[in-house]
Amino acid sequence: MTTQTVLQARGLSKRYGHVVAMADCDFDLRAGEILGVIGDNGAGKSTLIKALTGALVPDTGVIHLNGEPVSFRNPLEARRAGIETVYQELGVAPALEVSQNLFLGREQRRPGLRGSLFRQLDKPAMRRASAEHMADLGIRIQSIRQRVETLSGGQRQAVAVARVAAWATRLVVMDEPTAALGVRETHQVLDLILRVRDRGLPVVLISHDMPNVFQVADRIHIHRLGRRVALVNTGDVTMDDAVAVMTGARSPADVPQVQVSTPDEDASSPKGTDHGER
Amino acid sequence: MTPATARVAAADLDTGVGSSSWWRVALTGQVTGPLAALILAVVIFSTTTENFFSGANLALVVQQSVVVGTLAIGQTLVVLTAGIDLACAAIMVMGSVVIGRIAVSGNVWLALLAGVVVTVLLGAVNGSLVSLASLPPFIVTLGVLTALTAGARLFTDSASYPIKSTLLTALNHGPRVGGVTITYGAMAWIGLTVLMAYALTQTKWGTRIYTVGDNPHAAELVGINVKRVLFGVYVVAGLIYAIAAWQALGRTPTADPAGYPTANLDSITAVVIGGTSLFGGRGGVTGTLVGTLIVTVLQNGLTHAGIDSLYQQVATGVLVVLAVAVDRLTRTRQSR
Ligand SMILES: Nc1ncnc2c1ncn2[C@@H]1O[C@H](COP(=O)(O)OP(=O)(O)OP(=O)(O)O)[C@@H](O)[C@H]1O
Ligand SMILES: [Mg+2]
Repeated sequence: MTTQTVLQARGLSKRYGHVVAMADCDFDLRAGEILGVIGDNGAGKSTLIKALTGALVPDTGVIHLNGEPVSFRNPLEARRAGIETVYQELGVAPALEVSQNLFLGREQRRPGLRGSLFRQLDKPAMRRASAEHMADLGIRIQSIRQRVETLSGGQRQAVAVARVAAWATRLVVMDEPTAALGVRETHQVLDLILRVRDRGLPVVLISHDMPNVFQVADRIHIHRLGRRVALVNTGDVTMDDAVAVMTGARSPADVPQVQVSTPDEDASSPKGTDHGER
Repeated sequence: MTPATARVAAADLDTGVGSSSWWRVALTGQVTGPLAALILAVVIFSTTTENFFSGANLALVVQQSVVVGTLAIGQTLVVLTAGIDLACAAIMVMGSVVIGRIAVSGNVWLALLAGVVVTVLLGAVNGSLVSLASLPPFIVTLGVLTALTAGARLFTDSASYPIKSTLLTALNHGPRVGGVTITYGAMAWIGLTVLMAYALTQTKWGTRIYTVGDNPHAAELVGINVKRVLFGVYVVAGLIYAIAAWQALGRTPTADPAGYPTANLDSITAVVIGGTSLFGGRGGVTGTLVGTLIVTVLQNGLTHAGIDSLYQQVATGVLVVLAVAVDRLTRTRQSR
């Protein structure tokens, strides 16, 4: 496994009026890893993920993708750069077919005149590609033409994950993909996440479920009060320690942290201005 | 190439991928229920009344459906985005009085063009208030309806204009087939339904409309410009209302500012009975065509049965509430 850094952020901050949702936050994701992101409710995990995926523009800070500075103004720009996200609010269209959901916003037209002149979509090709992609990921559904609303919660989430896995070229971000799922369905989705990683895509997994995170993550980013307080190897800490750091019961200095490569000079300079507000 | 597209050529899998032609999908999609209701209504009126089931009367049913049916196509587009257009007939009437008044001067082509411009502009007014200003479609179109009801009277001084031009009444003519006239207006209505069925089910434009109506949040996340889609829908609806205005001038050759008072609600009834959900994202114009025929058959059949037209309105009202209730029920059963 390489240790190349795929996505790196330094000094991100974001405030909403008086609420500091993110304060001088760092972030590191390596190639080929599943990075668990844990933190209490309201710690600012979703805010961080939104900043990394273009869903919001941070007030300060810099982001590097494969060493190149990037600043996404909207999710579309992040997606064009190869970053795909499953947001906490499920982004599927329940009345549409599975294959339509996989190709949502990226529909293909038929070749030739039917596509160019009559603007006809190539539904057969999209269905074929979707069916194959779902089979590749080991997701079992009855028919690719089923409406998403006829699927179980786990299957719906699987469709959302399959979509990001189909289009991502750099990395995949999932904000609580197993929330509201049963035990069996949760394990299906976790399996899916492992399979996505094994296909070479690094995964950022935000979750409140410690056993899940410890089961699949290679490293864990511990988030507290709007910033990363620790980055640890999953094998180096116990679940209790991680939770203690996350809740502030223990100091981050008490756990063995991962050394992150020092960022480039330009990456470290514009620091947030909001630290220590809380 | 992205991973998914790169593997398109791979072998077929046994997951229900098989293709079927788009028109078959459009036909069988969600219209079986409404179609059964339509057939039932036709059978009931054919057996209980004397003159309902005749070539001439069935042709009349089609003629009576043309204007509301065309309005209902525009209405369907709006409802698919989880909106509603309470002003659709008012926009059509405004278009027709503009046409009628300008046609008095003799230049009918100019009159027709002015009518199109007016309905499209009014559609754009609805569209910008709904999309740019993010106002609820119900309130926006209610306001436009109220303003236009008065506006059409002010514009015409409450007078109506007789239509004499053959161009303006052309849609009420057409070839005779087996003793009944198939009007160009009816052809336009059916043709527009086919065209829109294709556009909705087979193009990106249509998929975007369904996505925006189904889950605007998801639409935004995948990069669909929700506001632009909404605006476009109201503008296209405005264009369709212009066609309805032209058809209306053929059916009753008078541009009357007080004409078509029930067509707003009739078009909504047709859409809802046709199986399009008021919550957006489900349904289509094929169902609306059937829904329109149900509304007309009911009114026509009750007339043949000798029932007062006020009771017909009561029946239509009951029907629309029933259809919405069914919509609501099926929605909660399969809710997320
Ligand atoms: N749009 C917003 N406007 C105002 N405050 C916001 C907004 N978004 C987030 N916040 C605030 O920022 C803080 C961090 O929110 P965020 O959603 O990032 O937390 P989280 O760690 O994802 O929580 P959870 O685990 O509950 O999902 C919270 O205090 C929240 O109230
Ligand atoms: Mg969150």
